[in-house]
Amino acid sequence: MYLRRYFPVFCLLFLVILVQVGLTALKLEFYMTQLTMSAYYTLVALGLTLLMGYAGQVSMGHGGFFAIGGYAAAVLATVGFASWVSLPAAILITGLVALLIGIPVLRLRGHYLAMATLAFGIIVLRILLGTNLFGGADGLSDIPAFRLFAGLAITGRKALRVQNYYIAWGLVLVGLLTGINLVHSRVGRALRAIHGNEDAAAAMGVDVARFKLATFVLSALYAGVGGACLAFFNGGIGPGEAGVMKSVRYVALVAAGGMGSLWGTLAVSTALTFLSLRGAFGVYDDAVFGAILVGIMLFAPEGVFSLLARRNRPGNAQ
Amino acid sequence: MSRALLEVNSLHRWFGGLHVIDEVSFSCRAGIVKAIIGPNGAGKTTLFNLIAGSLAPASGSILFDGRPTGGLPPHQIARRGISRTFQATRLFPRMSVLENVMVGRHVRTRGGFMASMIGPALMGPGEKRAREACLAVLDELGAADLAGRDAASLAFGRQRVVEIARALASEPRLLLLDEPACGLNPAETEDMGALIGRIRDRGITVLIVEHDMSLVMGISDEVLVLSAGRRIAEGAPRDVQADPQVVAVYLGEADA
Amino acid sequence: MRATQLLQYLLAGIATGSVYAVVAIGFTVVYNATGIINFAQGEFLMLGGMIAISLAPVMPLPAAIAVAVLATGAAGVLLQIVFLSWLKNPAVLRMIIITIGLSILVREAGLHIWDEKVHALPFFSGDETSSLAVLGARISPQVLWVLVISACMVVGLTLFFRSTLLGKAMRACASNPTAARLCGIRASTVVTLSFFLAAAMGALAGCAVSPLTQTQYDMGSSLAVKGFTCAVLGGLGSVPAAVAAGLVVGVLETASVSVLPLAYKDVVALGILLLILVLKPQGLFARRPVAQARAGG
Repeated sequence: MYLRRYFPVFCLLFLVILVQVGLTALKLEFYMTQLTMSAYYTLVALGLTLLMGYAGQVSMGHGGFFAIGGYAAAVLATVGFASWVSLPAAILITGLVALLIGIPVLRLRGHYLAMATLAFGIIVLRILLGTNLFGGADGLSDIPAFRLFAGLAITGRKALRVQNYYIAWGLVLVGLLTGINLVHSRVGRALRAIHGNEDAAAAMGVDVARFKLATFVLSALYAGVGGACLAFFNGGIGPGEAGVMKSVRYVALVAAGGMGSLWGTLAVSTALTFLSLRGAFGVYDDAVFGAILVGIMLFAPEGVFSLLARRNRPGNAQ
Repeated sequence: MSRALLEVNSLHRWFGGLHVIDEVSFSCRAGIVKAIIGPNGAGKTTLFNLIAGSLAPASGSILFDGRPTGGLPPHQIARRGISRTFQATRLFPRMSVLENVMVGRHVRTRGGFMASMIGPALMGPGEKRAREACLAVLDELGAADLAGRDAASLAFGRQRVVEIARALASEPRLLLLDEPACGLNPAETEDMGALIGRIRDRGITVLIVEHDMSLVMGISDEVLVLSAGRRIAEGAPRDVQADPQVVAVYLGEADA
Repeated sequence: MRATQLLQYLLAGIATGSVYAVVAIGFTVVYNATGIINFAQGEFLMLGGMIAISLAPVMPLPAAIAVAVLATGAAGVLLQIVFLSWLKNPAVLRMIIITIGLSILVREAGLHIWDEKVHALPFFSGDETSSLAVLGARISPQVLWVLVISACMVVGLTLFFRSTLLGKAMRACASNPTAARLCGIRASTVVTLSFFLAAAMGALAGCAVSPLTQTQYDMGSSLAVKGFTCAVLGGLGSVPAAVAAGLVVGVLETASVSVLPLAYKDVVALGILLLILVLKPQGLFARRPVAQARAGG
């Protein structure tokens, strides 16, 4: 049982190593930069999968948490705090904001929750744009590298590209592992029960409000880690990360991946984010994600992979 | 005789202007099957919801094992040892039968977010024990073969049984069954009666809301009659059946 | 603050607020007919404005506006028929995501059909320097146009719902779809009509306000959120309540400029939304709870 659960994780690790070795051998190492960035964006999508797919709560403002993580790290690092203080502090701040927002907002459901989280994201965006400390429309740049130890650092310097690729994907693997463990635990069952029928879940002893809030904060932490690390990696961060388009993108990725599928989200997110970063969609970047949202929800609400499954099984599902 | 397991005193509840529970008092001692009957709209399910915590009383008290529970949220009441089923079965969709029952065991298992994220190293043994306990419950109810099936795909009668298994998984002291025979044919109703008897024999007190008189008369040790939110009669099934007030409530004011 | 300054804020606030009110009405009309919150509502204002701006050089302004209104109404109908009509009892989450996706597609269409620049319709009367004296305050005549047009739309809509057969049919459908169907009212007609009305009114408001606030491809989302604020404040059920709420939010937002830095102006409406949702989601003039979605009717 455990083998079946964790075997794909080993496969992913193997794949990550294989890709790196391959790219280095083919002298195509510059792809690693975008792969590293994709990893950090994928972290957000993974956290959102737990929230939307398992607890069943929608969030149209997760870009806001990504931005809070990134900006907090950037400001603290620029002001002079050592990076081993800035990063954890940034993550903590993101978690605190999620806690404060989550307590009132998670009492809402459906449309109201969607709008409330959308409003949250826009509020973060406006505050970032309107405050000098955060660099206004230009954002922050010249963020010093995040030095770990023995020469290991999160930074955009080309010489450390391979290192950073492994750091980023290492974080994704950790996020994936904790997500998988959570999903298969009593907590994961409780979340799915909440998603299925809140009143029945409560009658079975599940503290619905606490579980929703904890999942919300956890998913925000995933986003905050992604944001903070990306800020260090890129050496900068812009207010666009809190924008509606970014937040909606994460939702699109989770929906396309199958709503409640960590692996589905991982695959879709890595692929689409990488393509988007490489400019494959050109000026139609946002339009593509909008189309994905509509297309998936209309034709494949269980995610793209369900379309493949449907074709392989001519009869009804079991 | 020790104090009653469940004591309801002068309970009141309004929905808008409607007085749905009007000065209801009764008690239920441990180890029996007590049926709550009454015409439609009498407030039976509302009474259940008040005991189970999904509604809060406007006034009055509910004491479970001597401790007040009125106004507590459902999950805390579940933790105290009261479990329930629903009139329209509310199994969790997209989860298997076993998973549904394991959610029922939630209050008997431990481990929050942090522990769960760390994984099987911490949670493994607990999960295994929980699984075994839940399979045992399903087995006792004759539904062990359904464990891996998708809960939503089951036949109606079987869904009922699974919901009861889910409620039993928490090892409650008081089980609230909301119209367990609703929609069952006579043979299934008989099986349900036998099942309720077995549950009682295990030492679990059962409160059931029911319309099916054959089931009520056959299995209950005591009966409580409600009408229009008021308590009309309470006692042994035969006595309640003969009570002229009860007859009037069911047959209306017109002469028989 | 001097009285004239106060009056100026009030009038500007009412003008802004009436635009929010129109967006709120759009939400309310569609919601009542279908149970859907159409996130794309804000985009209709953008479409109306942009179409009119493109047509204005080649035809008289009123004609350009009329065409824009009809075209946007048609776009709304198209949206409903193509994307929403064939969904049967969709889950709420699914509908939310679809309409958000649709709002992005409309927005991107706006970007690619026109461009990312700011455009504006010419002033309906006078130009950007004209001003009228109203009780000592000076305002642009366009502000009066916005107020008059919005007021006419609200009155017209109210009359339509109260007095015409079709309007009454729509109200019947909203309050009891089954009974309405039994009386021979086609739900699908009602749904389509509601989308047309919401889109057309949005377009007209978008045109009216374009000379003042300019039209840009991405103006839709913040309008949608603010309009939704007002719809929720008004209880999501009643048109007059949505209007009242719109005016309140508009005035509060405009007045906030005197205490908060300009950049945070948007945060006011959004902050109000969060407060309302958290404290009193049924709105200030509450009527009924949020119902199930009925996409196709």
